[in-house]
Amino acid sequence: MTKFSYIGVLVFILFGTVWLEIVLQARVLRKIKRLILTLIPVVTLYIIWDYYAIINNHWFFDPTKTTGVILIGFLPIEELLFFIVVPIAALLSFEAVRSIKQEKAGDEK
Amino acid sequence: MTYIQIGIIYCLLAFVTDFYILKTKVLKLRMFWLSYSIVLFFQFITNGVLTRFLIVRYNDFAIIGGDYTTKTPPLIGDGRLFYAPVEDVFFGFSMILFTVSIWIWLGRRNIQKLPISGPPPRWWPKGHWYGTKK
Repeated sequence: MTKFSYIGVLVFILFGTVWLEIVLQARVLRKIKRLILTLIPVVTLYIIWDYYAIINNHWFFDPTKTTGVILIGFLPIEELLFFIVVPIAALLSFEAVRSIKQEKAGDEK
Repeated sequence: MTYIQIGIIYCLLAFVTDFYILKTKVLKLRMFWLSYSIVLFFQFITNGVLTRFLIVRYNDFAIIGGDYTTKTPPLIGDGRLFYAPVEDVFFGFSMILFTVSIWIWLGRRNIQKLPISGPPPRWWPKGHWYGTKK
């Protein structure tokens, strides 16, 4: 079970923020096209960084605490999921704060 | 390049994107900094787990701090902040700035702009420390 350690952290981040969509009406997950168009450049930028860091041994992952599923030759699936889950969590937080504070962010009209 | 060098480049790229390329200027929003401070708090917890338990390990030639590839890193000190390399703050900040900036830019370009988030439920507390502008 320890090989799901990293995945477990990602699940915690996801469950720690999805409630904002429902309770505070963050309206991030319901704007799926806008969300995907945001994720494409962000995921790309951080896969590039991850590629550089992994081939140069800046960081590496404990094989007993990750699933061992490697995508496109170098990328642990946990890393790809991190680059998706964390931006979603950040947007849910931002939109939840906007929901409460009702301030302008520049995209209202 | 070392981790901190790439981190600074990515933060500068995110700043230039927000201010000059997409012109979203989310860095000037009080809301951005409030939500970022919440995210940063949870980054310290989740990233602390990933690094404290050596799920993710960093070679000392790439980071400011020393070698903790086979032993527990310090909570604070030797280039570590809540077990994680301090460089991770640059990683996380640039990622969140890119994300929010692109999200707002897409909204301004009329891509699923409406409805704006909210309202919070009626039972949600008002007028607390986080304030609600009248």
